[in-house]
Amino acid sequence: MAEAYIYDAVRTPRGRGKASGSLHSITSLELATQVLQALRDRNDLDTSLVDDVIMGCVTPIGEQGSDIARTAVLHAGYAQTTAGVQVDRFCASGLEACNMAAAKVMTGEADIAIGSGVEAMSRVPIGSNGGAWQTDPAAAVSCGFVPQGVSADIIATKYGFSRDDVDAYSVESQKRADKAWKEGRFSKSIVPTRDQMGGIALDHDEHMRPETTMQSLGGLNPSFQMMGEMGFDAVAMQRYPELERINHVHHAGNSSGIVDGAGAVLIGNKHMGEVMGLKPRARIKGFASIGSEPTIMLTGPTDVSQKVLRKLGMEPGDIDLYELNEAFAAVVLRMMQAMNIPHDKMNVNGGAIAMGHPLGATGAMLVGTMVDELERADKETALITLCVGGGMGTATVIERV
Amino acid sequence: MELSNFKFEIDSDGVALATFDLPGRSMNTLNLASLMEIKAITAEVVSNDAIKGLVFTSGKKSGFCAGADLGELGDGALTGGGSKEEQFKSAFSFNMIFRDLETCGKPVAAAINGLALGGGLELCLACHYRIAANDNPRIQLGLPEGKVGLIPGGGGTQRLPRLIGAQAAAPLLLQGKSLKVAEAQGLGVIHDSAPSEELIAKAKAWVLANPNAKAPWDEKKFRVPGGVPNQHPGASQAFTMGNAMMMKETKGNYPAQKAIMSAVYEGLQLDIDNALAVESRYFFNVATTPEAQGMIRTLFQSLQDVSKGASRPQGYEPYDIKKVAVIGAGLMGAGVAYVQAMAGIETILIDTKQESADRGKNYSEKLVEKAVSRGKTTIDKGAALLELIKPTTDYSMIEGADLVIEAVFENPGVKSEVIKAAEAKLSDTAVMGSNTSTIPITLLAENSVRPANFIGIHFFSPVEKMGLVEIIVGKETSEETLAKAIDYVLKIRKTPITVNDHRGFYTSRCFSTYTEEGLEMLTEGIAPAIIENVGRQTGMPMGPLEVSDSVGLDTFLKIGRETASAEGRDFNASPTGKLMSWIVEDKARVGRKAGKGFYDYNEKGHTDRIWQGLTEKAPVKFDECPPEMKEELSKRLLIRQCIEVARCFEEGVITDARDADVGSILAWGFAPYSGGCVSYMDLKWGLKEFVAEADRLTAAYGARFEPPVMLREMALKGETFYERFPPQSSGSTKAA
Repeated sequence: MAEAYIYDAVRTPRGRGKASGSLHSITSLELATQVLQALRDRNDLDTSLVDDVIMGCVTPIGEQGSDIARTAVLHAGYAQTTAGVQVDRFCASGLEACNMAAAKVMTGEADIAIGSGVEAMSRVPIGSNGGAWQTDPAAAVSCGFVPQGVSADIIATKYGFSRDDVDAYSVESQKRADKAWKEGRFSKSIVPTRDQMGGIALDHDEHMRPETTMQSLGGLNPSFQMMGEMGFDAVAMQRYPELERINHVHHAGNSSGIVDGAGAVLIGNKHMGEVMGLKPRARIKGFASIGSEPTIMLTGPTDVSQKVLRKLGMEPGDIDLYELNEAFAAVVLRMMQAMNIPHDKMNVNGGAIAMGHPLGATGAMLVGTMVDELERADKETALITLCVGGGMGTATVIERV
Repeated sequence: MELSNFKFEIDSDGVALATFDLPGRSMNTLNLASLMEIKAITAEVVSNDAIKGLVFTSGKKSGFCAGADLGELGDGALTGGGSKEEQFKSAFSFNMIFRDLETCGKPVAAAINGLALGGGLELCLACHYRIAANDNPRIQLGLPEGKVGLIPGGGGTQRLPRLIGAQAAAPLLLQGKSLKVAEAQGLGVIHDSAPSEELIAKAKAWVLANPNAKAPWDEKKFRVPGGVPNQHPGASQAFTMGNAMMMKETKGNYPAQKAIMSAVYEGLQLDIDNALAVESRYFFNVATTPEAQGMIRTLFQSLQDVSKGASRPQGYEPYDIKKVAVIGAGLMGAGVAYVQAMAGIETILIDTKQESADRGKNYSEKLVEKAVSRGKTTIDKGAALLELIKPTTDYSMIEGADLVIEAVFENPGVKSEVIKAAEAKLSDTAVMGSNTSTIPITLLAENSVRPANFIGIHFFSPVEKMGLVEIIVGKETSEETLAKAIDYVLKIRKTPITVNDHRGFYTSRCFSTYTEEGLEMLTEGIAPAIIENVGRQTGMPMGPLEVSDSVGLDTFLKIGRETASAEGRDFNASPTGKLMSWIVEDKARVGRKAGKGFYDYNEKGHTDRIWQGLTEKAPVKFDECPPEMKEELSKRLLIRQCIEVARCFEEGVITDARDADVGSILAWGFAPYSGGCVSYMDLKWGLKEFVAEADRLTAAYGARFEPPVMLREMALKGETFYERFPPQSSGSTKAA
């Protein structure tokens, strides 16, 4: 089997996901297009050699519908021979796109493929595509559906994370993201987003609140208590009768932010890299996806990380850097607890609590973050993982070359 | 056209009037025959050019129509016999009768002059126009099918949400809530209201004014109020939340509520014709579940029979009860006094001190006050009720009483004195009743000079809310006394079940096994939260520990010790006995009344948290509960109770399957979705499988699960409880 190499990775800045956000007036198509164009232009890519663009998108309706990947390929001016496919593995869609691109390269189906993702959450709201999972009564019964915030609160309750624990983690996330930006740790990947006239719409992550303290978070009310009491706590306790009650600790300040953004990763085999004159930055060692218990939903990162490490014959200690999407603070605290991962190896440059989580794009963005950080910190291996709706986990292990 | 259930006439304007009037019945129900006549009427309206439109109304004072004939449904009439496909066809053809009426091409109106429930309301919903009487406060409009484990099968799950939106329809469909006329009009379930005598004229006028009437959902521009799930985010979210609320309420135990949600969700995404087919499929599925069969039988048919005194011995004159003395004005006695006075019975309320007797009457005063403030009764009626209760210390006031009920402290000595003192004032024909919950009636009757007149009349607390009374026949109790006691229970509008004497009788004995099994789990090291949640989620009203707290841990300890000594066992030898002694005697935690038991309680007496100190004597070994474990614990909690019920049958403590089922639900809330503990064995398991499962549990957990010999026999013969212990008196009726 061929090796899959990462040749480059780019992302847009993350704009606040509301009407006042700097990317709100930029279409999803444009966000996706601009990262594809950046990959092409930075690498002087002959796009006729790009076989496929796999693009994660979690709300593929409206302007994100009808295979946004193919539309973006054409709109970006890529060769018409480049295919495009949109994929949805909820929050891990962007990483799944990279894994699929890598798999295509490894099997020889593709020589060059792009793993990417896009989500303009201010324009196509989360959940606006409906779906059987959260609306069909039959599925509600068979899946034990609760909203992810309630799942995060189940994790906190079951594994003993207090409100202080999750808030303290979030304060640290803000600090790390702020430091990373100040030190330019993201600058290799960030491509400023242009507006309709070509002017710069946004050149930095605008969701961050570096001034966050325990006190400022302490004033926020739990976000999922009311819906919990209306019915979802009962559903949770039907699956987890060991919980006397659900401790609702999550709120806007310790959960991932709603933002707009896109990211893309250029993946190819060794030979085609040489043909195109590209220098590989990292190698994709392995990847996996798993299913886990769907009501607690967000514990998949541990299971999938253990699976991929086992397949690679590695131990948790062999990984230099862990990047777990900060969907909710308790998700990260639980994985660190379960796998005994020190905090100084986990999310070293902050995460989605500070910078936001553009659903379908995040996974692709995090790959770029890790490639940059391995190079900057002179480390060897990184594991990128995300928790996933419906009770899943997706993970990828990369190493510098 | 020959009709026997409808009167059909055409007026000079060409408007037909179909007056629903089932012969020989006090109430209209939709039975097979009347449905076929609606079909014939529709055909007549379609084919007769002289007819411009149709108005439905009722010829009964009791109401418009109370719904489908559940008696027939129980006998399989509505689902028919034959293959699954044929049965579905039959269910669907009834749905189609209403659809054909709705699409007959001429205007159809309903003049609703009385209550319209279930199929009755569904008939109205299939009419293009609904007008109801606004001068009849007894009119209720609703779809109560969900309450007996069914789903509306005459278009209710489709037409109602299309009229008022899924969210507004949800409580009507899922909980079977009914509406008053004004509420129904406000929601848009009916179009108009008018005084009774104007209804038909107004309905006819509407028919004449709207020759091209169509159902809203047959109009091209029709939009479902509140939107369609997966098309409108608001509607999708309503289902997301609604599903969770349904799971919270039903714990997933009730097939009907799940099916109603699915029928609405799927149906709203379809045109009405396909939607009705989906409804009929779910109707068929649900109607054939053991839950629906058990619930219809117990909560509808048996409850009705038992509440009419099904087990009353025949051949005795009705006992006219005018005066009853209640001795002991504590919580129980005070409650009994109230329900008696409600029924117009002169009540002598006796206690040892006048102030105690007065305090007992004060209980009624408070209840009356509350009822007046809520508009449930008038000041005058309340005063008249209170007038009937005479608090006193004077036993001579018993003279002339038809019945005495002693509700004094549970001590044989105290009771013996009271019985003797009371009987001294009673006539030879009067009944002496005891409200004991723990002392064998035969034992108490030894104090009686007239043991044939002595009987147990066991109320449940709070008396004014609990519908059941357990009548206990002692060794010497005569049939006539039993008949009199039943007449008394019927007079105070409660439901009597009859059992034979045994320690704990039927209800306390079987119910206590639930709490005992919870204690077993606790001593095995299962986390208390798991025990409590599984108890509630398996359909019991409270967890075993919470309900123990409510009854009083000291009470359980006392009963436990008495039972153990009666059976010659050392109570403290068992881990559960040790635990009870420790929590009551060493830790002085006696339950809710003390604000501390297995739980800690807040100032309002509500559970706060499970007491953390419990781990000292019951260390937690299992703090996770995966689904397989939950299922096992669930089975233990339910099967343990059922085994005790089977033993009661074997020992002759209970003799009628209906009494056992109704009693189990009304007395201690046994998983109502099952139709009661007997139906749980008969229908949910089948006795052969039930015995096999009980054997497995016996091997795993001990002899308390051992099926009695009689149950094994029944399983071998392929018998059911309802076959072996059928109705014993001919009090059974099958009104719908």
